[in-house]
Amino acid sequence: MDIAFEHRQSAHCENGVISNLLNHQGVSLSEPMVFGIGSGLFFVYLPFLKVNFAPGFSYRPMPGSIFRKLARRLGIKVVHQRFSTPEKAQAVLDGRLAQGIPVGLQVGVYHLTYFPDEYRFHFNAHNLVVYGKDADGYLISDPVMDYTTKLTETELQRVRFAKGALPPKGHLYYLERLPERLDLENAVRKGIRQTCKDMLAPVPIVGIRAMKWVARSIRKWPRTIGVKKTNHYLGQLVRMQEEIGTGGGGFRFIYAAFLQEASALLNNEALATRSEEMTAIGDAWRDFALDISRIYKSRKSGNDVYEKLSEQLMELARREEQFFKTLKKDV
Amino acid sequence: MNKNDVPQDDGSLARKNVHELCYAVDEHGRYTAVPSRGWEAKTLALNESLKLIDERIAATKEAVEAGMRSPIAYYMELHRMDIPLLASYVGIHRWFVKRHLQPKRFGKLKDKTLQKYADVFGITVAQLKAPID
Repeated sequence: MDIAFEHRQSAHCENGVISNLLNHQGVSLSEPMVFGIGSGLFFVYLPFLKVNFAPGFSYRPMPGSIFRKLARRLGIKVVHQRFSTPEKAQAVLDGRLAQGIPVGLQVGVYHLTYFPDEYRFHFNAHNLVVYGKDADGYLISDPVMDYTTKLTETELQRVRFAKGALPPKGHLYYLERLPERLDLENAVRKGIRQTCKDMLAPVPIVGIRAMKWVARSIRKWPRTIGVKKTNHYLGQLVRMQEEIGTGGGGFRFIYAAFLQEASALLNNEALATRSEEMTAIGDAWRDFALDISRIYKSRKSGNDVYEKLSEQLMELARREEQFFKTLKKDV
Repeated sequence: MNKNDVPQDDGSLARKNVHELCYAVDEHGRYTAVPSRGWEAKTLALNESLKLIDERIAATKEAVEAGMRSPIAYYMELHRMDIPLLASYVGIHRWFVKRHLQPKRFGKLKDKTLQKYADVFGITVAQLKAPID
């Protein structure tokens, strides 16, 4: 079995899988479009949840949420299935492939053999597409990779049934039905409105308010938890912001690309201006990451370094607050 | 970010000939996706995190050799796991897994239980019991 499936690389796995599955059905939707319609831009701070010995920071919503929102807004019917045993999971996957349907899978990263060692953490919300099977195993289109890869049956079973937080339990999904006409204009507007609402949410752990909370904490950390831990926390923040998948600047550049496309689609000049502003904000996030990384390089760690970082993040929060208040009025 | 400013510092990805996509604006102000070979700033952050893991592995290894912890503790750290995660992989409650990290309890474990741990770590029971190399 080998389905003619076009592999296109993307920055983020979830956007990429959606974009590639849609493309297979003849719907051409770019990664930024998928990201924007699914309201992918986000910020959340979970100080009580420890991930990799640091508090949880995330620049994106819960895994699966982009896909769910996109499907709802465009009226696409998606079938999701989870399984109690690996045998059943494999049988259903093989069945769908035999019907010529490319299948999306949620997998754990740790046992993915084609990933570099440095990136193999116990993280269970990675996505890829299986588009065929031959004598050696499954043909894999992993959207963060330049090229397609392969996994044996045993390897695939292991990543599909990875354990830990958010276990995939063999989670598979595929597109069942597409609407006759895609109402992109409305979907784009809904996506933008939701993002503004999320970022300006009156909740301390979400959006602008969460950024301000982190900024205030950066100032206190060296005193309360010590310099070593502070540096580790900041490192985690940089990794969540810049590691594979964000397209740089904590998804801000992908979002700017989306606003540019949206501007052309909706014939809305204001959105083009917003796109340029978002690019500038993304650049400021890059500077923030760069300044954090200087701590590791120079080993310079006077308290004023953290004061400055704190002020930098606070300024970013203020800029984004202004940005989303304006954006809200543009759609 | 401008297309020409996309960093191309050889990171760990480039060594495996993997690139990641960054979004940047070209000379006409249009957004395009540009492959990047890595960025020094994030390589530094990643290395910091890997160093922390290595320190934990080394400390646990010493503790095992000093007879303070069982080899399971070492392999757990080596596989970047914590107790709840290891517990769900072996299918044993984490209260018991925690006890199996004590050398005294480890010595009393049946081969069947040891086999479960060995399978998760991808080694044999003999390797699990042997001194760490």
